[in-house]
Amino acid sequence: MVNRVLTVSLLAGLLAGLVIAALQHVTTTPLILKAETYEAAMRAAAPSFASFDGQARIILAHGPAGDAAGHEHAEWKPQDGLQRTAFTTLVTVATAIGFAALLLGGMIAANETIDDRRALAWAVCGFLAFGLVPAAGLAPDLPGSAAAELLPRQIWWVATALVTAGGLFVFLRMEAGWLRALAVLAMLVPHLIGAPHPAAPESKVPAEIAAHFTALSLSVQAALWLATGLAVGVIWPRMTRKALATRRAAKA
Amino acid sequence: MNTSASLSTSAGVSERAKAALAALLLGSVLIFTVGFAHSSSVHNAAHDTRHTLAFPCH
Repeated sequence: MVNRVLTVSLLAGLLAGLVIAALQHVTTTPLILKAETYEAAMRAAAPSFASFDGQARIILAHGPAGDAAGHEHAEWKPQDGLQRTAFTTLVTVATAIGFAALLLGGMIAANETIDDRRALAWAVCGFLAFGLVPAAGLAPDLPGSAAAELLPRQIWWVATALVTAGGLFVFLRMEAGWLRALAVLAMLVPHLIGAPHPAAPESKVPAEIAAHFTALSLSVQAALWLATGLAVGVIWPRMTRKALATRRAAKA
Repeated sequence: MNTSASLSTSAGVSERAKAALAALLLGSVLIFTVGFAHSSSVHNAAHDTRHTLAFPCH
């Protein structure tokens, strides 16, 4: 069963990841590239300010001021064009494999029957927990936007995603009213605490582009979860039938 | 239609636990690497995807 889990995660993630990478290439990536031109202009306009001290608060995403070591040239990054697209595709596929594995792991742990409809329902919950709800606190943003320190944001994101996933599970699976009420309360806690936010906005990217990006990002995330869920829900039963047939043949 | 149901319920509890654990482990390691690792090379390779999927970036 472990082998089947790993195989299905890989296959489903590969399929969904490639589809979403193509979608991403024509939706969000062009906006990221456009935002980087504003970011570059901003960096060119304020070099003395940013280099005034090592801890300048304008965090230019790829500039020397934002890097701990400040070695702009020593740092590897993919070249714009084919190489950058290839790495983005690779990372999106890896993310899809990761989400497929989490989805399968959750469904197996919950002793859920894995078919296309149930896998899709779990994927919707996956999107809520790992996409929409964290985005309510930390909106999808373009390069060049002001942001609070990275680590507290990552901690808030992970905690919110886990609490939401657990809360949804308890709410949808448990009968006791008080437990379900507790689940709703728990899901609200991260938002009552609040996500870490910067003191003041700094981005020079026009609001229209940023708003469009945020909407596209949420749509791509939804598409990624649904495609992953569908792929898992279609491939898992096939592999299971095949495993069953092999076992029967071995017995006969 | 019901073969998957009977098979998944007939699989032993320890077998299911192992499979679930392996899947959750693989998923967590992958998502941590692509979305959260602080290494600057990983960040730069994953940059566009981190923004698109709204993982906290920079």
